[in-house]
Amino acid sequence: MDRAQMDLLLEIMEVSFVIDETSLYLDTHPNDEKALRLHNNASQRYFELKNMYQARYGPLTNRDMSRYPWAYIDGPWPWEINFTNF
Amino acid sequence: MWFYEKKLQYPVRVDTTNPTLAAMIIEQFGGADGELSAGVRYLTQRWTMPTNQGKAILTDIGTEELAHWEMIGTLVWKLVKDATVDQIKGTPFEAHYVNHGKSPFPHSAAGEAWTASYIGSKDDPIADLHEDMAAEEKARATYEWLIRVSDDPGVTDTLRFLREREIVHFQRFGEVLMIVQDEINKKKCY
Repeated sequence: MDRAQMDLLLEIMEVSFVIDETSLYLDTHPNDEKALRLHNNASQRYFELKNMYQARYGPLTNRDMSRYPWAYIDGPWPWEINFTNF
Repeated sequence: MWFYEKKLQYPVRVDTTNPTLAAMIIEQFGGADGELSAGVRYLTQRWTMPTNQGKAILTDIGTEELAHWEMIGTLVWKLVKDATVDQIKGTPFEAHYVNHGKSPFPHSAAGEAWTASYIGSKDDPIADLHEDMAAEEKARATYEWLIRVSDDPGVTDTLRFLREREIVHFQRFGEVLMIVQDEINKKKCY
């Protein structure tokens, strides 16, 4: 995995974590409009980044489209990525 | 249903091969208050949770716990993947190694296999939510002991992240408990 791919993946992980937090908070505060706005913005950004990543590096889930051959299986898998250089 | 996304929740970093630390961190892979127990506990309690807020929290926190379980497995793997047999011999990881090699396995640091008796599901939301809140605090305490024994900055960074998640989950379960209690009180007629 080169630098550019890792940077984009880390950005997806960051936005994805924002969504983890906003969604848990909204589960118990469904009427908090400000939090919902934060969630919706992060969600939009997540799908933009995910589409960008997948067009370049292949599917992040097995529901996504792939170029030929099926690139979902391509490594490194998450537990194999060396995050020490960021 | 669930989908797998090819990423970790947080970038798991390990700086040095350390089989002893791996053997301790496995506590959160298959120990009583570990991530597997957490995930199975919350996802099991969903069917009898009465409020929608509670159903959502059990689903979403239970799902996040499985992502934490993956992070713990990754820590264990990265701590041992480059270890030579000589580096493993004489460490607490040796007993694990003779059965499982370098594969993570859901048992505690003391080697007890994971069991469903670590979790509860009582068809009683008050009992279940109190158990869940206690479980989050016990997991937080375990992370604090692990942070004390970790001498690897990368591992400590991941353990700190996971410790903070326990605090957030405790808060959310507390909110669900209040919502459920309000709901129960509303239904009482005098």
